[in-house]
Amino acid sequence: MNQAEKEQYLREYALLKNEGKPFFPYAVAKDALMAVIVMIVIMLLSLFYGAELGPAVNPTTTTYVPRPDWYFYFLFELLRVMRNAPKLTDMATLGVPTLCMLGLFLLPLYDRSPERLITRRPVALAAGLATITCMAYLTYTGANTGSPNQVVLPVPPGLTQSQRSTFLAGEIIVGESGCEGCHQIGSYGNNGPGPKLTHIGTILRPGAIASTLKDPIAPMPSFASLAQHSPKEFKQLVEFLSMLQ
Amino acid sequence: MALTGSRGSAPPPSREAEPMTKTELATEASLTVVDWIDERAQLSQGLRWMMFRKVPKGINWAYTLGSATMIAFLNQAVTGVFLAMYYRPSVTGGAYASIRYINDDVPLGQFVHGMHKWGASVMIVLIFLHMGRVFFFGAYKYPRELTWIIGVVLLILTLVMGFTGYLLPFDQRSYWATIVGVNINNTAPFIGPYLGDFLRAGPEFGATTLSRFYAIHMMLVPGLMAALIGLHLYLVAKLGISAPPWLKAQEPEVAIEKVEV
Ligand code: HEC
Ligand code: HEM
Repeated sequence: MNQAEKEQYLREYALLKNEGKPFFPYAVAKDALMAVIVMIVIMLLSLFYGAELGPAVNPTTTTYVPRPDWYFYFLFELLRVMRNAPKLTDMATLGVPTLCMLGLFLLPLYDRSPERLITRRPVALAAGLATITCMAYLTYTGANTGSPNQVVLPVPPGLTQSQRSTFLAGEIIVGESGCEGCHQIGSYGNNGPGPKLTHIGTILRPGAIASTLKDPIAPMPSFASLAQHSPKEFKQLVEFLSMLQ
Repeated sequence: MALTGSRGSAPPPSREAEPMTKTELATEASLTVVDWIDERAQLSQGLRWMMFRKVPKGINWAYTLGSATMIAFLNQAVTGVFLAMYYRPSVTGGAYASIRYINDDVPLGQFVHGMHKWGASVMIVLIFLHMGRVFFFGAYKYPRELTWIIGVVLLILTLVMGFTGYLLPFDQRSYWATIVGVNINNTAPFIGPYLGDFLRAGPEFGATTLSRFYAIHMMLVPGLMAALIGLHLYLVAKLGISAPPWLKAQEPEVAIEKVEV
């Protein structure tokens, strides 16, 4: 907006404001009614859905699927989608949201046209609708897909039928155990603080893997209780890791 | 005594001398208190400025979304204070047990906890709707750019509240989701590792992590938000709420002449 357009706007606005009503009580009445509605909705949600508490923290669990609150689904989903392009993972998880935030932040600085009516702002309309669609889509798929900690690796060739099923079971156990919080496996998980496990089978023998899991060096949590409570799953986990050649 | 003259022939008592009713007394007293405070703080002028400013023609329900967001924020603040009375940020079972206690034993505990939990979702919905209103109405344009920028900071802080609050019950879901979340921050370019370390309060996820999340969630961010909401509202009142973009002023000749002088 140039100086003339700014002045034109202020002039026009002063007129509209002059024709308007005082904030109190006209706008306040609407705001108050809205406030009552908001509070009733919150109370009803609390009454009907409560605030149930899950099981207590157990860092060595094998059955837990991490889930954020729904309004972060889109972020988790973005993380999952971008796994397919591993080089881009950093960009996707924080880069893309950071860029979006920056775009939002600076909006009034780069959109300087004086036009305010949305039907005469085709670019803004398209961008706005596209953003809403993307967020809604990511939230929806995020709500309906599995854990972002899923691991789906190509099954190595030449496995027997039972090795195959161990491999698939191992993928699930690794995903559920939160190993990816600290380890990278293939294109999945975080690179650090733990070492990559992509080829762990060539580095450690199965016995060494098992003892690492039972008696790890901090900060890695111990999975001894898994070995104790569900030895079958523990064995599958160790065999799976040994197959990562 | 001497000035009131003789008793016998006194005129009927004047109105002022009549004993005041209780309500009159209360009104009088509170007016005195209000006057006393106002003489010193001089708030009434600001209040009058805030309340009796004009809002332009055509303001509709979409314009209530900002104040609705603020109500949700206030709900979080009040219910949060009650939760903080019982909550203990201790990883060795204390946090989880204290939330269990709130849910199971404190009268209305689960209800207040639920209002805090669902209030967060409601606030997120409202803040996005409010932002959408501002965006599609072009209300972020001159002269309200700064209002928008403060708004984006408020949006980020609201999301930070959601993220840090999620860990506090310290159940399985919150623990694992937060580990993943912190690790996502960890992978950010440049500042990532520092951000991760800051959030975890060290290289590993442990006791201090929870205290840190708690401090961020109940002191740092709410304080910042309250201050920024104040600034946001000041700007809204100062600049005036934008008129709906489809309205054109009916330009009375007088007004035109007046401005163009
Ligand atoms: C809280 C983070 C964390 C989690 C969760 C975690 N680890 Fe680790 N892990 C580490 C760290 C850190 C090391 C390196 C420790 C060291 O210095 O030897 C490690 C080491 C290992 C090693 C030895 C690697 C080597 O090259 O010596 C194996 C194998 C391993 N982890 C497997 C797993 C598996 C399988 C899981 C999930 C069931 C898991 N880890 C979960 C942090 C973690
Ligand atoms: C804690 C969060 C927020 C609160 C409590 C809040 C509160 C308010 C209130 C009460 C108004 C008055 C007009 C209305 O209700 O529409 C307003 C206006 C405004 N808000 Fe917010 N807001 C918040 C977040 C945001 C966000 C996230 C943005 C955008 C990024 C934003 C941008 C604006 C702008 C530009 C106006 C001026 C609109 C106009 O004059 O028409 N606000 N805000």
